Formats: sequence, structure tokens, C-alpha cells
Amino acid sequence: MPGPNKETDLTERVEAFLSDLKRGGSGTGPLRGSAETARETTELLRRITAQARWSSAGDLMEIIHKEGRRMTAAQPSETTVGNMIRRVLKIIREEYARSRGSSEEADQQESLHKLLTSGGLGEETFRQHFAHLKANVIEAIKELLTELEGTTEYIAIQALEHIHSNEVIMTIGRSRTVEAFLKDAARKRKFHVIVAECAPFCQGHEMATGLSTAGIETTVITDAAIFAVMSRVNKVIIGTQTVLANGGLRAVNGTHTLALAAKHHSTPLIVCAPMFKLSPQFPNEEDTFHKFVSPHEVLPFTEGEILSKVNVHCPVFDYVPPELITLFISNIGGHAPSYIYRLMSELYHPEDHEL
Amino acid sequence: MADSGGTDEHDKKDDVERSKSEGKELTKEEKQRLRKEKKQQKKHKEKKDDKASQESGKENKSASSAAAAPQLPTQTVKAPSAVPAPAPVFVPASSEAPASADKPTKTKAELKAERRARQEAERASKQGKKGDPGQQAASGKLKAPPSELQPVVKRLPEHIQVDNPEVLKKLAKKLERQQIPLRSDYGYKVSLFSHLHQYSRKAPLTQQLSIPSTVIHPAVVRLGLQYSQGIVAGSNARSVALLHAFKQVIRDYTTPPNEELSRDLVNKLKPYISFLNQCRPLSASMGNAIKFVKKEISNIPTQCKEEEAKSKILNCIEWYINDKIILAAKAIAASAIEKISDEDVILVYGCSSLVNHILFEAFEKRRKFRVIVVDSRPRLEGREALRRLVQRGISCTYVLISAVSYILPEVSKVFLGAHALLANGYVMSRVGTSQIALVAKAFNVPVLVCCETYKFCERVQTDSFVSNELDDPDDLIVTRKGKTHLENWQEVPSLGLLNLVYDVTPPDFVDLVITELGMIPCTSVPVVLRVKNVDQ
Repeated sequence: MPGPNKETDLTERVEAFLSDLKRGGSGTGPLRGSAETARETTELLRRITAQARWSSAGDLMEIIHKEGRRMTAAQPSETTVGNMIRRVLKIIREEYARSRGSSEEADQQESLHKLLTSGGLGEETFRQHFAHLKANVIEAIKELLTELEGTTEYIAIQALEHIHSNEVIMTIGRSRTVEAFLKDAARKRKFHVIVAECAPFCQGHEMATGLSTAGIETTVITDAAIFAVMSRVNKVIIGTQTVLANGGLRAVNGTHTLALAAKHHSTPLIVCAPMFKLSPQFPNEEDTFHKFVSPHEVLPFTEGEILSKVNVHCPVFDYVPPELITLFISNIGGHAPSYIYRLMSELYHPEDHEL
Repeated sequence: MADSGGTDEHDKKDDVERSKSEGKELTKEEKQRLRKEKKQQKKHKEKKDDKASQESGKENKSASSAAAAPQLPTQTVKAPSAVPAPAPVFVPASSEAPASADKPTKTKAELKAERRARQEAERASKQGKKGDPGQQAASGKLKAPPSELQPVVKRLPEHIQVDNPEVLKKLAKKLERQQIPLRSDYGYKVSLFSHLHQYSRKAPLTQQLSIPSTVIHPAVVRLGLQYSQGIVAGSNARSVALLHAFKQVIRDYTTPPNEELSRDLVNKLKPYISFLNQCRPLSASMGNAIKFVKKEISNIPTQCKEEEAKSKILNCIEWYINDKIILAAKAIAASAIEKISDEDVILVYGCSSLVNHILFEAFEKRRKFRVIVVDSRPRLEGREALRRLVQRGISCTYVLISAVSYILPEVSKVFLGAHALLANGYVMSRVGTSQIALVAKAFNVPVLVCCETYKFCERVQTDSFVSNELDDPDDLIVTRKGKTHLENWQEVPSLGLLNLVYDVTPPDFVDLVITELGMIPCTSVPVVLRVKNVDQ
């Protein structure tokens, strides 16, 4: 019977995805890049929309909420999952509003009016059934998927506007977006790249080999030499794991030091981040923000005699406040950190901030 | 002595005239002889200083007139010295009794006087080059102001001129003369650092030495190997090891016949210093220690017997180690302990012997604090510090330098060690120190640098590029999860690895420098240097 098979198939896929997330986020760098995670999440959501049983938009949103909570709980540090879920929820809301005939622009403008006159936003229950809603939502999700596939390209296209010849550019760790960005610029311009290796995972090494095989002059330095070398650097271009709602970053550890050094030398700090990394979270207390991995990376078990008597920390992420960032380059163009909140309101609906 | 010197000078003068007329440069022997004469004159001058200061006014004129005439012909001889013009001004009190005594109209005596005056002029110009304030201070207050403003023309050290082929050729010739093998650079050098050497640890200099080496003392060979392999590391350890090796050399030294101990021993030490420099560039503390030892040796009076002289020098070296390093550490610990209060969280970077000493002392005095040790690749010196601290029972935390902005909100003070303190207030230390100071400043955590005064040096530097040390680039290669990405970095033409050893911290990041002379701000370093120079 197709029905139950489809359902079990769906639950299987969801379970597989969840276990993948749990395993993949071991902090040694994502086994899959954020773009892939985003794409897989969106694919999965499309399947859920297509195969799950729902009659109104409200039902669908509840299902997605539930699955979304499970997914984010599996790997809280992988924020792209949550971001994609919120995008899809926004899509559903939009499609519903369109089917109902009211434009969403009016909705947003009148929200304050509604707040005052109707005494709350509890009116909209999404219970009406529309025949073509399913098809529309699936169509919109497909568009989202195409957008996801093109993000790296759209960012890389902007490279020549920001890199001139004979520049010295610094970066840290490994970011596929930045790699594509620099390789694109290298086709037409000659410049020098310094890569900070970012201990203890040393992902900078992979980045350096990737760049040098593309013919770019690359130098690998240790994390300790970041400030020493910064006086000769013209631009700092980095990737990030998440862009927070206030314009700050949650990036690989060592990025805060890099940002401070760049600020001290008045070197512009450019962040290449596609839109799916934008998350409506605000940075709160330090402890809930961080993720730690095995201290074995820092102090190996060969140092056994002292290992039991010391505390060893191995944080994976760093918070970079928005004052240290000069520019964000995303697939829809360049923005200042102060504009991020506005982009967020376009991508996500306020009610979905808490999944 | 003067007479024998006179006849020698006469012959030498003929030689000099001959070679000048032939348009050749003076041969090495002649140059050495010239130098020996100058040194003798210098000693004579020091003995007659009191008399000289009284006669300064008169002698200046006579000397300058005598020096003016032979000034022109000696132009070629003085080619290396760059300040011939102010030399007459400098002849100051120096041309004293001998010149005036030889004034009588005997041709030979006149020539002698001229020659002596010329040599005074040359020596004085060399003094001017070295900018020796001590001598000037002795020659009277009138001369003091102009001497301090004299342009100090220093010769650039070779090890920061690797991109200049002439300098390399000169170095190769010098090493050949001293029979020391030349160490070749290794691997692709990053273009920003093409003026520095980059050696590989797998090719130590000692492989190219013949066994047994007759030129270099075995203690020095062993020391050189320990330096180049990183077995002896850290500026205090290196200086102390150097001084101990020198003590061994001096104990085994015997003066050859017809040579003076004071001059010959210094010449013996020169190839050793070149050798050690080839093994690993000398640190500022080592440079100061060597200067001290050379000065002590050259101040040995000539009539001193060999055994006496040797024991004198050995005692001097013992005193230096004891006073400048061991006692200084105690004094610094005593002042630093006042800065450590209970419930403090102290951050240290890498392994500094002085900072570790301070922490041990504070722990002995029952202060309650805990320590965070920050470490960095590829040297990972912090692990050594961690072991020592844990052995004493101090509670520690250990992180890598990339996590420093995570851990800094917990920290109350940062203690850093220094490799050298430069005259413009910059702190030269292990690479990564400036980064820690930067992040500490951003979090408003006080940064204290602990440094003995013998590490103060007269160089000035504003960035970490012009004068630095490049370590073996292969150290950066690491194997993670079975993959070594940088294994074949040599084959990729556009890939370079940079392994810096030192960096400079600007004085605005440092709140306090703790020395044995007290707690001073970073900008007071030139004051301390001046006080030290006047003392000497």
C-alpha cells in the first residue's frame, strides 16, 4: 500500500537525517558544508510537504514545527537547519495569504494597526483549506532550492568588485564560500593570500592547498602570528558559521582575535555569508552560546600524568560583535552589519523565531 | 714601548704608503697591525685620562692641526669609517702628552707625532662610530653635549640582510677565514621575509664540521647543536648556557707565545660566536652577555699573569650570571608578588622561566590563585610550563591561543615574559604575545611584562618583519585523521609556510614592566639603558 509505505519511508528519511546531524557535528569541521545541510533540510521539508497528510496550512505548519524542533535538538549548533525550517514556514504563510487574496505587503504594514484594533495576532489560524496550496508550497520550496544552489556562485561573482591587484588578503580556517570567492577573483587579478591555520583542527591547511593549486600565492601562518602579520594585510575576508540577528557572528574560534587585530590596524573585515546562514538568534550568555569538543585535540592523552589535574577547554566557536565587521557579502549583494535586522524580517516571520 | 712602537709604525707607514700608491687595499696583516696599534693607543689614552682633561683645550688645537695634514692621504685607509669629518673635533683630550712631547723639530719625531695623531684621529672616528658615551663622559663636560647628538652609524647585522648578495659574499669569506661551514637556507621563503634566514632543523651545522674540529672548542660545538635542535631554548637558558661554555673555553685556554691574553682571547672567541650565530641567530640577551665578556677580557691589564687573568675573568662571568640573572629573578619575584592577590586568575603564555619563578614564589607565600596557561603551535612550549606548575600543585587550565577570547573574561591579570625590551618601548617576545596583549586590552585586563635589565637592548623596531627569526617551516605540518594536507608543500610553487619565532608588542598594550630596578612603564626603557651605560 502506497500510503503507509510513503509514511514509513518519510519517517526513515527523517530519522536518517537526524542521526546524520548528530554524528556530523563533532566539531572537527562539518563533514558536510552548511550549504549541503541547508539543501538536505529543504529537500526533506519538501518531502514532508508532499507526503505527509495535512488538510490546511495550520496542520502543515504544526507538522513542520514538530519535525523542526526534533532536528534542531539533534544538533543545536547547526543553525542552518533551523533557518531553513523558518524559511519554509514563512513560505507557507505567504502562500496561504496569497491564496486568501490579501497581499503580504499590506499584512506587514497593517500589523501595527491590527495589533491595536483586533487586540492580538491570534486571529490568523490558517485553518482554511485551499486546493492549490500544496502545489504552490512545493513550487516555492523548489525555488528556494534553486536559490540555495546558486548562493556560492552569486557571492563569487562579486569578488572582482572587492579585490584589486597586488593585495594581501588574510583569512582563517576553511570556508567553501571564501575559497570560491578568492578563486573567482584570481582568474583576473594577482594577489597574495595569508591563511591562519586555526588550531587545533588546522582546517587552514586544506584551504591553503586548495588555493595554491588554483595558482594563488598562499602562505600558511600559525594562529599566534595573526597580529604580527596583520600590519601588511590589506583586507580580511572570512566565512562564518552563523550570522546572528544583531549583525554579529558565530564563527570558528580565533576569529575574534583576528577581528580585533584588523580593527587595531584599521583593516576592513569582510564576511562572505549566504543568506541561509542568517539566524534570528541573539547572542545571550556566553555559556549557552558555545560548543565544546573533546579536550584530546588540545592536550592529547599522551600527557597522561598531568591530564587529570588540569582543566582543558576546546571551544569551537567564537562570538564576533558587529562593531568589528565592515561588510557582509551575501548572495543578494553587500550589506552593512546594521542592515541585518531588516533582512531578517524579510526572511522570517516573527512568530517562527521560537520553533 | 713607545720607541719600539715607533719603529714598527715607521715600517708600517712605508707599507701603507706603498700600498696606497699602488692603489691596493691594505692586506689583512696590515689591517690587523693597524687595529692592534689602535687598541694599544686606546689603553694608553685611558691611563692618561685625568691629565688629558686638563690639557683638553690646548691639545685639541695642536692635534687637529697635526691631524688635518695627514687627513687627506689617509682617506683611502679610512674608507670603512664613515665619519672622517668630525674626527678632529673628537680627538679631544685624547691627543695628549705624546703629541705635545714630539713637537720638537726632529724629522723622525715629527713623523712619529703625525702618525700617532693620525691614529688617534682614526681611533676617535671609530669611537664616534660606536657612539661610546662612556668615553665622552670621561673627557669632560664641554664635550658631552655634542657627543650625545653625534649620528651613530651602526653596521647592520648580517642576519637581516640575506637578500643582499654582497653581504652574503662577505659573510662567506669571513666564515671561510674562520673555518666555519656556511649554513644554507631551506625551502621557499615568503616574499615578505626574504631578508631573513630560514634553516631546517634536519640539517644541523655540525654535520658539515670535520671531526675533530680544531678550530672550535667542543663545548661550543655541543652548545651550537643544542641551540639548533631546540634543546636549549628560552633567552635566560641560552645566555646561561653560553656563559658556561665560555667559562669552559677560558679554562682550557692557554696564551700562545708573543700574544697578549686580552687581545688573543677575544680573537679566539670570534669564530665561536660566528659558529653559534650560524647555528641559531643570537638573542639580545646573548649579545649583551658577549659584550660584557669581551669588555672584561679586553680590560685585563697586560702585566697580569695568565692564571690570575683567567680566574679574574671566570669570577666576572660568575658574578654576571649571579647578579643579572639569578638575583634579578629574586628581586623581580619579590615585587611581582605584591601584584598577585588572593582569588586571582592569572594568564601566562608559553614557558617563561621568570614568570614561572614568580608563580612558584607566590605559591610558596600561600597566595591563592589559579593559572591559565595559553599555548600555541607549533612549539607548544606551554605544556612544559603546565607540567612544572602542576608539579608544584598550582591549579591550572590549559587552552590554545585561538581560545583566548573565550577564556579572557575569567582572567584578572596577564603575566608575560620578554625576550628583549627595545629602546622605543616595544617588547620583543615569543610570537603570539602581542596577540594576547591585544585581546587583554580589549577586555580591560591588565598586562604585566617581567624582564631583567640585561635583556634591554638599544635597537628600535616597530614591526615584526624587519628583524625576526624564521624557524623550520616543516614544523607546521601536522597529520590529522590520517591526512597530512601540507605534506608536499615544497612541490606546490605558490605555497609557502611561515614559522615566525618573535613578535613585537607595542607599548600601549603593556601596563607595567617589572624589572629588578623596580616597576617601570614600557617607555622608560631608554632611561634605564642610559643609566646602565653611564654606570659602565
